[in-house]
Amino acid sequence: MPFLTQRVQAETDQYCFVASLDNVRNFSTILKAIHFRDHATCFTTKNGIKVTVENAKCVQANAFIQAEVFQEFLVQEETVVFRVNLTVLLDCLSIFGSNPMPGTLTALRMCYQGYGHPLMLFLEEGGVVTVCKINTQEPEETLDFGFGNANVTSKIILLSEGLREAFSELDMTSEVLQITISPDKPYFRLSTFGNAGSSHLDYPKDCDLMETFQCNQTQVNRYKLSLLKPSTKALVLSCKVSIRTDDRGFLSLQYLIKNEDGHTCFVDYYCSPDEDVPAAESPV
Amino acid sequence: MKCVVTGSNVKVLGKAVHSLSRIGDELYLEPLDDGLSLRTVNSSRSAYACFLFAPLFFQQYQPTTPGQDLLRCKILMKSFLSIFRSLAMLEKTVEKCYISLNDRSSCLVVQLHYKYGVKKTHNLSFQDCESLQAVFSPASCPHVLRAPARILGEAVLPFPLALAEVTLGIGRGRRVILRSYQEKEEADSTTKAMVTEMSIGEEDFQQLQAPEGVAITFCLKEFRGLLSFAESANLPLTIHFDAPGRPAIFTIEDSLLDGHFVLATLLELDIHSQDQSSSEPHQQARSTAHQDNFASDDIDSYMIAMETTVGSEGSRALPSVSLTPGPQHHSNPGPDSEEDEDEAEPSPVPGTPPPKKFRSLFFGSILAPPHSPQGPNPVLAEDSDGEG
Repeated sequence: MPFLTQRVQAETDQYCFVASLDNVRNFSTILKAIHFRDHATCFTTKNGIKVTVENAKCVQANAFIQAEVFQEFLVQEETVVFRVNLTVLLDCLSIFGSNPMPGTLTALRMCYQGYGHPLMLFLEEGGVVTVCKINTQEPEETLDFGFGNANVTSKIILLSEGLREAFSELDMTSEVLQITISPDKPYFRLSTFGNAGSSHLDYPKDCDLMETFQCNQTQVNRYKLSLLKPSTKALVLSCKVSIRTDDRGFLSLQYLIKNEDGHTCFVDYYCSPDEDVPAAESPV
Repeated sequence: MKCVVTGSNVKVLGKAVHSLSRIGDELYLEPLDDGLSLRTVNSSRSAYACFLFAPLFFQQYQPTTPGQDLLRCKILMKSFLSIFRSLAMLEKTVEKCYISLNDRSSCLVVQLHYKYGVKKTHNLSFQDCESLQAVFSPASCPHVLRAPARILGEAVLPFPLALAEVTLGIGRGRRVILRSYQEKEEADSTTKAMVTEMSIGEEDFQQLQAPEGVAITFCLKEFRGLLSFAESANLPLTIHFDAPGRPAIFTIEDSLLDGHFVLATLLELDIHSQDQSSSEPHQQARSTAHQDNFASDDIDSYMIAMETTVGSEGSRALPSVSLTPGPQHHSNPGPDSEEDEDEAEPSPVPGTPPPKKFRSLFFGSILAPPHSPQGPNPVLAEDSDGEG
């Protein structure tokens, strides 16, 4: 044991961020849930890693992987930020195959020396070690949606199974997804307006799927379906989802995902509303 | 129109839509007094399908709203299908399905009630349309086969998915033969040398009323669609057919619903000669015979007829014998010759297609309400075969 500690001590001098875990899938699965653009910005603090992906300055996805998910997690600075190609990172993480044989786990050790250095990955399965060096990029500023609790006008917590089918069957010929949240009927409605006509999906306020329903004021907002559709990946993995909107119509989707070891991770999506909501839209 | 489907019948309805979607791009929905009919026809009008769900199929069935005429509509198959896309899900989570059609909303409303009180409402835009009705009469078909859908379903299972047509015939010992059909080019090329043939014994059939040697060739895709429905409903499938080139009628029936698929068959001029005891398979003689047969024909039909001739060459069990155009294979009967056959249906199929592939029309759609008496249909495709 002292020897190991020593070795770790030597490494931590060299690297500003070191993390290792026994089962790489606990990390890669969560990253896949936000993989709808090539590039991601990683923020590591002593609490864990936050990986952020953005698109069109309108949608942002964040994956939080807590430090507890890792067997070893060391951050030398307060925050270590770097940007990597997420596609490449995921390819490396699944270099031993994305569906490993049952009983075999791929272990990962991830090190980063600091600004200008590559992200080092050591992947080991069955005594075979692969070393990957992924060049890091200049971190870009990420959007701040300013989604504060004070401005939240409605909040719904649903079991994910209730939304899964709905999202997989969304009429993709519709440009937008309209979300109606209202204290009266229809309470929570998802609508699409496609080539073939419109369709509305209504959830009652008090059913077994609905864990929380808070809404004081009717809100009807439209979001680009193409921006929201990628969140299906996170939805599929999750067991619960929290849906919130604020007074500006911004949408927050927060997915609670349990990994194979029973740790809870979160993925959240923020999306700005579509500008031209028809003023005469009646919420019925 | 308003109707309510509950429980497992929602899946049955969904399954029917799936099998209709194999045929046409548009769905004709017509509420009738004796049930809700869903129909479709393919773009070349060589295949037609119709399901009629009896009022008892529904928890509630109201074909007309008081004070309104019967409404019928035409909608995109794709959009209707998307409602019933996941059959497993329908079975697991859908408790009720409301379908309503009225003038005011000018859309077809399909509402699915899921578990937990979740409700999905689809408002589908529709087009007014005439009634779609193929002209066919199972009673006029001399040959009838009836078997549990499972038997036929298993028999078509080994055929490659890409296979377009299949030949169904009665072979030696009254065994029912299903054989992959090859066109001339395919049969000629050495690369596609495989022919799949399934043979089913007479004892598997509930009814087998056809002489040895008869055979028809039809599209497999549509047939598979109906089979999968019939299999899931656990119903027997009845095939009514006549000479090659005349449409074959596939029916399923129970007390709650019936389904009719009418498929064009290929005109095959020598298939009837199958399995007659001769042993000399000399193509020479046959082609000569055909030349004689078609001496008066236009070159087009001559060539196609040749195609089918050589195509069926693929089967080794095809000894060539008498090609005398005997009375039993009047492949191109004139309209007069079938006047005596029709009883139930006002008019028989007006004309058989020219001996091409299924490119032609073989039945007409009556552009009149189904109740009104109809005259004989205009011949949509003239007989190209002059002799009769």
